Amino acid sequence: MDMPTTKKKLGIKERYALMTRGLDWETSYQPMDKVFPYAQFEGIKIHDWDKWEDPFRLTMDAYWKYQAEKERKLYAILDAFNQNNGHLGVTDARYVNTLKLFLNGISPLEYMAHRGFAHVGRQFPGVGPRVACQMQSLDELRHAQTQIHSMSNYNKYYNGLHSPTEMIQKVWYMSVPRSFFDDAYTAGPFEFMVAIGFSFEYVLTNLLFVPFVSGAAYNGDMGAMTFGFSAQSDEARHMTLGLECIRFMLEQDPDNIPIVQKWIDKWTWRGIRVLTLVAMMMDYMLPKKVMSWKEAWEIYFEENAGALFNDLARYGIKMPECAKQAFIDKDHISHQAWATFYQYSGISNFHSWLPSEEDKDWLSAKYPDTFDKYYRPRFEHWEAEAKEGRRFYNTTLPQLCQVCQIPMIFTEPDDPTQICYRESDFGGEKYHFCSDHCKHIFDDEPEKYVQAWMPAQQIYQGNCFPEGADPTAPDFNAVEEVLKYYNIHNGRDNMDYVGSEDEKNFAEWRQTSTKN
Amino acid sequence: MAVNALKDYPLRVMDGVDKYRGDWLINVGWDQHLMFCAPFMWPLPPAMRFGDLVEKIMPASFGAHPDFARIDWSKVEWLKSGKPWTPDFEKSIEENGLYHKDSLRFRTPGLNGIKGSGS
Repeated sequence: MDMPTTKKKLGIKERYALMTRGLDWETSYQPMDKVFPYAQFEGIKIHDWDKWEDPFRLTMDAYWKYQAEKERKLYAILDAFNQNNGHLGVTDARYVNTLKLFLNGISPLEYMAHRGFAHVGRQFPGVGPRVACQMQSLDELRHAQTQIHSMSNYNKYYNGLHSPTEMIQKVWYMSVPRSFFDDAYTAGPFEFMVAIGFSFEYVLTNLLFVPFVSGAAYNGDMGAMTFGFSAQSDEARHMTLGLECIRFMLEQDPDNIPIVQKWIDKWTWRGIRVLTLVAMMMDYMLPKKVMSWKEAWEIYFEENAGALFNDLARYGIKMPECAKQAFIDKDHISHQAWATFYQYSGISNFHSWLPSEEDKDWLSAKYPDTFDKYYRPRFEHWEAEAKEGRRFYNTTLPQLCQVCQIPMIFTEPDDPTQICYRESDFGGEKYHFCSDHCKHIFDDEPEKYVQAWMPAQQIYQGNCFPEGADPTAPDFNAVEEVLKYYNIHNGRDNMDYVGSEDEKNFAEWRQTSTKN
Repeated sequence: MAVNALKDYPLRVMDGVDKYRGDWLINVGWDQHLMFCAPFMWPLPPAMRFGDLVEKIMPASFGAHPDFARIDWSKVEWLKSGKPWTPDFEKSIEENGLYHKDSLRFRTPGLNGIKGSGS
């Protein structure tokens, strides 16, 4: 006999409530505050975890179903792209260098984000964030894997993509994104949520993903573009989680406001510094450009984040102070960063090159106040030098900022010809910074940042040579040995694009694929 | 302010003066010459004559700039931690009052980078 049912199916809300709430209990062997030891030390006061609302109300069955569908499509497109030698359809092999930057510098962060969200999901006593963080943790793991799959085909044909997990830990400039994540990952769970969930995933994420995904689309890279679109619905969910987390903390107790504001200030600036790499990618590395960094900054930060902070004003949250400097810096950082990678190309895992005449005119048009005045003379000088057979490679290690770990390349907000120097004394030694905001972050927690693994200092300490290298040997070549330690193939992965194996192969293969 | 941590937070200094086999890290930047994207850093023996830093170390790092050969070192203005400072070329790095991780800048009036652009 059939059982009579009054209702065929539960609604999403009811199903979510039944599958997530009330499944755990108060522990009896140990008190709850010992089971959740990270919940209180940051000073954030939570009175009622049930006030956390999960706007997506996603349960695992629905999660698997959506993701499986998306990934079936993604892998079908990837297969087709790879089987048809899609890599030969990109605008120019210079484009592949943006993938080298992404695969080595960003994809490993996705993996660490997976661990970070798994950790905070475990440590939050409340069930709402626990469930949401679990989903995001899985998203980040999937993103790491799908990114590696999307880009691995390029590794068969182009140099510098062979060892991202090693390079993120060793190569000098990788310490910038890595230390950003280390800093967040070693903070408490609430700071991690403000750092990654809110400041990165909400305030700055569009400045990372839109340029890379649109850059892929504009330059004929169906693989990376499809990955981007596939991740988009996850990113929308991450943004909502980040915002919900902030709203929740601010509504729970007024004492939380200054703590949250301090973290927003810190992590907006930390994120902005990391995005310098994206700025340079947009203005100098994409053969077919999407928009300038400055334009992207104006849309995605000044307009969008501006509106967001207007909304948060009712909680007493203000736009971070550092936005004023970023407003000035948008005219400079991409040029400063590319000039840096141009000269340190001998120790990088991707190629650099000089902007073409057309590129320079584009830059003049996009940066009418700064490019011709400050940066064009630099690039034209290097062009003249290269023509004389003196392509400029800087071989001396630079002074670095103790917080963002970027070489001290940034200029004073009121003088673009003057490097910005800031320093602090701590424990009888000096520490140097690229900006007021990095100095401020250090001064707030010096004990944390004196531990920074600074790539230039580590080389001078002798910690970046392969095992068995003997720095006292008469024929010891420090640069060669550091490159070996980095797993960068000297003369193949590094140096100028012009004359590289990538350039030569791409021209040859394209010729073969289009002519007889 | 101290780090807000769950447990005791031991101080772990990664780049202390004890880490460089007796050398000190010294930073030097050349103002208005941003062709060199950032100041340089070298590990140097404290007993090294300051003049040797300028005459033997710096040319290999700064020499690629066309202005470098034109510098009149008697007219160069030095800054230490952003404040005017006068080195004695004959004295050692240590005798000049420098220490590990000090940051120097020098200015070359009249030489303002490529086409006066600060590059």
